[in-house]
Amino acid sequence: MPPPLLEARHLRKVFSSGGEPFGAGSETVATEDFSISISAESPSFTTVAGESGSGKTTIARLLLGLMAPTSGQVLFRGSDVQGMRPTERRAYRREVQAIFQDPFEVYNPFYKVDHILTTPIRKFGLARSKGEMGEMVAKALEAVGLRPDETLGRYPHQLSGGQRQRITVARALLLQPKLIIADEPVSMVDASLRATILETLHRLYREFAISFIYITHDLTTAYQVTDNIVILYRGAVVEAGDVERVIDKPMHPYTQELVEAIPTPVPGRGWLAENEEVEMGGAGGGGVESRGCAYAPRCAHAADRCRAQTPPLYRTDAGGAAACYLYGENAVVGAREFAALLVTDGRGEC
Amino acid sequence: MGGPATDMRQKLLEIRGLEVEFQTRRGIARAVNCIDLTLYAGERFGLVGESGSGKTTMILALLRMIREPGRISGGQVLLDGVDLLKLSDEEMRKTRLAGLAMVPQGAMNSLNPVMRVGDQIRLSMSEHGQRRPAEAGRIEELLQMVGLRPQVAELYPHELSGGMKQRACIAIAISLRPRLILADEPTSALDVVVQRHIMQTLRSLGESMDATVLLVGHDMGLMAQFTQRMGIMYGGKLVEVGTVEEIFSSPKHPYTQLLIASIPSFKSRGEFKGIPGVALSLLNPPTGCLFHPRCPQALDECASVDPSLKELDGHHTACLLYGREGTHAATPA
Repeated sequence: MPPPLLEARHLRKVFSSGGEPFGAGSETVATEDFSISISAESPSFTTVAGESGSGKTTIARLLLGLMAPTSGQVLFRGSDVQGMRPTERRAYRREVQAIFQDPFEVYNPFYKVDHILTTPIRKFGLARSKGEMGEMVAKALEAVGLRPDETLGRYPHQLSGGQRQRITVARALLLQPKLIIADEPVSMVDASLRATILETLHRLYREFAISFIYITHDLTTAYQVTDNIVILYRGAVVEAGDVERVIDKPMHPYTQELVEAIPTPVPGRGWLAENEEVEMGGAGGGGVESRGCAYAPRCAHAADRCRAQTPPLYRTDAGGAAACYLYGENAVVGAREFAALLVTDGRGEC
Repeated sequence: MGGPATDMRQKLLEIRGLEVEFQTRRGIARAVNCIDLTLYAGERFGLVGESGSGKTTMILALLRMIREPGRISGGQVLLDGVDLLKLSDEEMRKTRLAGLAMVPQGAMNSLNPVMRVGDQIRLSMSEHGQRRPAEAGRIEELLQMVGLRPQVAELYPHELSGGMKQRACIAIAISLRPRLILADEPTSALDVVVQRHIMQTLRSLGESMDATVLLVGHDMGLMAQFTQRMGIMYGGKLVEVGTVEEIFSSPKHPYTQLLIASIPSFKSRGEFKGIPGVALSLLNPPTGCLFHPRCPQALDECASVDPSLKELDGHHTACLLYGREGTHAATPA
């Protein structure tokens, strides 16, 4: 069996700040023991979800090789992305593409939008002539639902946020990637356009067999597009599995609180009713508590054991796992079984 | 249905024919276009629309904080019967915070980084008309009202989390007991769990002070859970006003219908419904109904007749599908 397309093994990322001469300094664990495996053969659509400070973007940057892990490895087709040979790095840069959150920041305002589309073609020498390049660009734009004659030759400020974000999708598509890592791709576009962009991503998954890692805080859109979901809390995975199971029947107390807190578009649900004022402590930054479950201070089920030692992932049912002692009687899920949990059911195969 | 019941209540804010224009090199953009809206004392009202629909501009116009090249070009804003647009600058400054106050969108950028939270609340109160210094314990009381410990008064903004900063901003907003609280996407930068607690706080504060809360945003889920009545804006116009139940269960205007249908839910997977077409350009708006180029139900006359907000059993819709009394023919551009 060939190695997975992209594999993360026990990723841990620690950010240090301060230190001499500014005093003791502090360490924030942004990512704790994160593993994932994306198959090179069957495409999958996986969501990594969490609130701000949960370490989602750190994971995206680690998987994209934009940042080196403190410990653990990211492997592309079996070789570590830190310290790859140039030919391997080229393949990695081509086959794993990124879509970022802000469709304003990724453009240079002085260049027409054509620039962002032709640069990758030139860098990777994908076209033999100008005519071929034009055709490739047009095809990529059409694939994301944009009309080339209405898009090309314009400057970024002349296009809407939704159009700009779709151009970044077209750019990723040009390189015929195997995997697209999309970090909050729709959080800055209007609700009415979100559907259009997510539909585009979903179509690329179905029609071009491109795998996706969709990084978001929005469980509703995750539910719409993905097969599998990983829920993060303060850098660590608290629950993972089939998206319908995780959202419809959350097992981890944090996931339960999260799903319950989503304001659903059905009036009269009593969302405002419970008025239990939470005492807000100090600044709630990211980072894992040094010992015990990070969620324990907020958890209604917390016991002494939760505060003493971080729970491993336990299997909750056939489709999922949760890092919670409530399921402590079940089997512990190791890294390999965890990767197997997130293997798609084949819905994406063409 | 909502009509007679709400009419019984005391009117707090009456907006009549409000217009805001931006003078640009390429012409005049009318960001707020002849808005008529009445808000009642103590209600929670939601104003939704996509970006560029004029909702934030309208809120700023109510506060008379539109900056050049924009200006309020017409209309009235009556707060408890007093036209805010006729007040002197000094009178208006005293009305802000005391009569109507704003909870800003980006709480992280709204506090002074080098001033303690308690001092900022005190300063806001004295700047906006409170003659005597705040009585002892008032700052602590305000902090407790918004769910913060009194000791937070001694902290600087960087020592607070995002949710705590937003609470501090709410404490400033309610410090002079305003009748109207304008909340512009107050939780868009916050986690859902924190969002829920903040919205619960806003609700109970509004109820205890009998203040009206005008929530602006585009999160339809939040609107459904927080508001009692809603207004939908498109291209600077109000296209529909109704109770939250009516808007969600039987939207009338085609734009509202598409907006409701485009909301992702936990009911259906793999279904995506966007709104067709592109948002309009305010510099070059279409004739007739502003939505007609994107409207799946457009009639021929929609291109020439601009529908005005028409009442149907207390529910208001600006659409020719519901009759054309009160509408006026568009003047060709």
